[in-house]
Amino acid sequence: MSANTAVVERYRNSFLKEVEANVEEGQWVKMCMQCGVCSGSCPLGPAWDHPPQEIFMMIRAGKRDEVLTSSSMWMCTSCYNCIVRCPRELPITHIMHGLANYAHRLGIAPKNQPTRKFAKLFWDNLSKKGRVNELKLGIALYFMNGLVSGIKTALKMAPLGINMVKTKRMSPMEYFGGHGIKDTKGLHAILKKAREIEAAKMQKF
Amino acid sequence: MADVKIGAYICKGCGIGDRLDTKQLAQVATRDAKAHVVREHDFLCNADGVKMIQNDIDSEGVNRVAICACSRRAKTEAFRFEGVAMTRANLREGVIWVRPATDEAQETTQEMADDYIRMAVTETKFMTLPQGSEKATYNRHILVVGGGISGMTAAVEAAKTGYPVILIEKTGTLGGSAGKAWRRIPQKAPYANPEDTGVAALIKAIEGNSQIKVHLNSTLTKTSGAPGRFAVDITTESGSTTTENVGAIIQASGYTEYDASKLTEFSYGKAKNVVTQAELDAMAKAANGAPLKNKDGKEIKSVAFVQCAGQRSTKEGHLNYCSGHCCLDSVKQAMYFKDANPAIDTNIIYTDLRTPGAGGEDFYRSGQNKGVTFTKGQVNEVTTDGTVKFKDLILNEDTEEKADLVVLATGMVPNSGVDIEVVKQDEPGQWKSNNESVLNLDYRQGKDIPLLKQGFNDSHFICFPYETRRTGIYTCGPVRRPMDMEQAMEDATGAALKAIQAVENAGQGRAAHPRSGDLSFPSFRREGCTQCKRCTVECPFGAIDEDEQRFPVFNEARCRRCGTCMGACPVRVISFENYSVDTVGQQLKNIDIPDEFSEKPRILVLACENDAYPALDMAAMRKIEYSAFARVIPVRCLGSVNTIWLTDALNSGYDGVVLMGCQKGDNYQCHFVKGSEMAHYRMSKVNDTLTTLNLETERVATYEVAITDIERAPQLINDMAATVEKVGMSPFKF
Ligand code: SF4
Ligand code: SF4
Ligand code: SF4
Repeated sequence: MSANTAVVERYRNSFLKEVEANVEEGQWVKMCMQCGVCSGSCPLGPAWDHPPQEIFMMIRAGKRDEVLTSSSMWMCTSCYNCIVRCPRELPITHIMHGLANYAHRLGIAPKNQPTRKFAKLFWDNLSKKGRVNELKLGIALYFMNGLVSGIKTALKMAPLGINMVKTKRMSPMEYFGGHGIKDTKGLHAILKKAREIEAAKMQKF
Repeated sequence: MADVKIGAYICKGCGIGDRLDTKQLAQVATRDAKAHVVREHDFLCNADGVKMIQNDIDSEGVNRVAICACSRRAKTEAFRFEGVAMTRANLREGVIWVRPATDEAQETTQEMADDYIRMAVTETKFMTLPQGSEKATYNRHILVVGGGISGMTAAVEAAKTGYPVILIEKTGTLGGSAGKAWRRIPQKAPYANPEDTGVAALIKAIEGNSQIKVHLNSTLTKTSGAPGRFAVDITTESGSTTTENVGAIIQASGYTEYDASKLTEFSYGKAKNVVTQAELDAMAKAANGAPLKNKDGKEIKSVAFVQCAGQRSTKEGHLNYCSGHCCLDSVKQAMYFKDANPAIDTNIIYTDLRTPGAGGEDFYRSGQNKGVTFTKGQVNEVTTDGTVKFKDLILNEDTEEKADLVVLATGMVPNSGVDIEVVKQDEPGQWKSNNESVLNLDYRQGKDIPLLKQGFNDSHFICFPYETRRTGIYTCGPVRRPMDMEQAMEDATGAALKAIQAVENAGQGRAAHPRSGDLSFPSFRREGCTQCKRCTVECPFGAIDEDEQRFPVFNEARCRRCGTCMGACPVRVISFENYSVDTVGQQLKNIDIPDEFSEKPRILVLACENDAYPALDMAAMRKIEYSAFARVIPVRCLGSVNTIWLTDALNSGYDGVVLMGCQKGDNYQCHFVKGSEMAHYRMSKVNDTLTTLNLETERVATYEVAITDIERAPQLINDMAATVEKVGMSPFKF
């Protein structure tokens, strides 16, 4: 579908139904009464392209592409201000993460959105051996935005790293392989199975 | 008439005895005011004090009682004596509580109290005990005009209470607008689904009730008389007329749906798939549960609801009010579709969603739960192919939606009869009935109940919503204000109770609200009357007719005892037994007016007894002080103030006059609706009087005072004291 939603699809339940089926807590979206309290409560609200209230209205207006390719829900820091205040008790934070996750799985989430990038680094790092390799994660994070800025950050952080090594808080050897959980194979099997189950649950729209 | 024997009773309780020289007050009562029996008592309102007064009434022949104690609004239970005319001198709230307890203030405070004693005793001299009207008639029949859900509910409720009902309906069936609907907004928890309208059950209840007589295809072609003795002509379509006598009338003439063909921007009438809310309900009723189809026979898969179509808009020809029921009715109608088939898309486009009633919010939520889309938007156009063009107010963009069916939430236009300001009443002797009129009253002031804003029948909106400006005639349902079925049913029940009350009051010659129970009524001295018609025109309740010789004819059962007629009469021939030009005029003339050089001015305050006087009492409770030179006289309504009182006051040397009435205009708070307005109008001409007397115009000030103006009311008095100080003492002190 084009970004310019066809007139025929506007203000229909189609995208709402998709969200209800495939997005965590998506069944709540229809209950929003458009009061705007969430948007007004969000500490990062002004930085969002579309604050939560708007996202909910866009879903109802059928703006599928605009919602799923938006960087907005990636801006949520899970502060829970909106959830606490929503008079309709929508689990807004969870819906934001649910939408982000769904867009990611569909492969249409904004590629360079920093939150998304970091989340991916973290997950890839963790799922490999079942434990987070902090050294690798840290270094990957330094280089997330390119080689030059990576070297700059690494140099800046070097004294801290050396101190940590001295006090045995970190081992440089971790960079080569590093240690993981006992049964990595088992973990991978579990994750694979989980993906299969989730994929089966996912409805086609 | 028995000899006048006045008893004046001076209380020493509540600090009155400490602050005032009650011996002197007793002397004033005896010597100056000539009361026949004068007694002091330590606690007049206790059993002993009350017994003392009752004894005098029983064995001393006292028939006028002046209670010189607290405000007339306090201790009303204790001071209630049968068979005597009574008044109060307000020594507590009117004197000691508004004056400082200092030595310097003592002299003027005592003078204030002395004057209130003179005033009270003088007033009783000119009062007689109201005897009630000889014309009082008891008729338990209640006429209900209109067989819709309001009218039917009123009929059933009145009949349940044992009052026989005559119900007339213009069309051939009972039910009205509600009868054409498929379902109604739910009235019971969990407020989740549309409910049966209840109309069929009501019709059944009426048909099975021998107390209710139904006239179908009938209209009212004449209403004359007064509460307790209305005579109504009921005429059928074929022209045959029967006359019935009834005690009270309930007008439940309902509403007509706004004419959607005026909404050309929404293609109503041009596009086959654009309907009004009422039409959709009729379609649903006809389908009786089967899937709804468009006029062209096609199945409906998407519906757009356009809220506030031609409503809440100041555009020419639109209704600029909210009809109150339409938002929830759209939710209900969207459910007609969603409940039948959740795959049908329904979108309610609103600017402000309004969900009145206890269950309103729950019903809205239930709609959301069922997948009804709610869009905050402003619809600008509906094209002939059913495309709804609107501005999404959340996403802030112009957009459009194509729908198989577009429903316009058009508003309610009240069936309130003719506008009596426009359609003047026929001259006496030439009365004809008018097809446009609902009631066809033969009252001098016009055929229907006066209108307020927007063409709804005027009822006392802020304080007594059932009371119209025609006593014994109560409006209910959307003819009074826009409302949904639940509100209309509740409204109708209330109106039925008011009608019963009116019947009972009329039977005993007692006034209806707000002077409920008052037996006094205005009478006029025919010989003095100049047939000027001021009283007929100014009576806010249309109580006064005219005979063939153009003399006023008072209908006391229609009268609310405001005294506006008394205030209006230029030759002062109208009076009540216990309230007259004299009862007030003599009070103000019988106070002590110190000479010009005494530096003791006198300010007359005429305060409406409903709002301004209580405000002053409350100020007193808070010990807010005001000038010792003020003399306050409560009046039934500012409308009852006759300009002679002002002239008399100014001529006898008062230095200033303050008049306090209620808010007037469309948002009136005046208990008598128009009284305050009439008074303000009258007072606007008082400047001439002042100029003739060569007095400064600032000496008379007229204000609108609310019952909550607790600080402002005393301030207004003090302002006048300051004005007098500025312009100087009146030269008219003799
Ligand atoms: S606070 Fe809740 S109801 Fe209000 S706009 Fe946000 S999500 Fe909707
Ligand atoms: S003006 Fe007031 S007191 Fe006079 S007849 Fe009308 S209602 Fe009665
Ligand atoms: S206002 Fe007085 S003079 Fe005029 S018609 Fe009425 S009663 Fe007569």
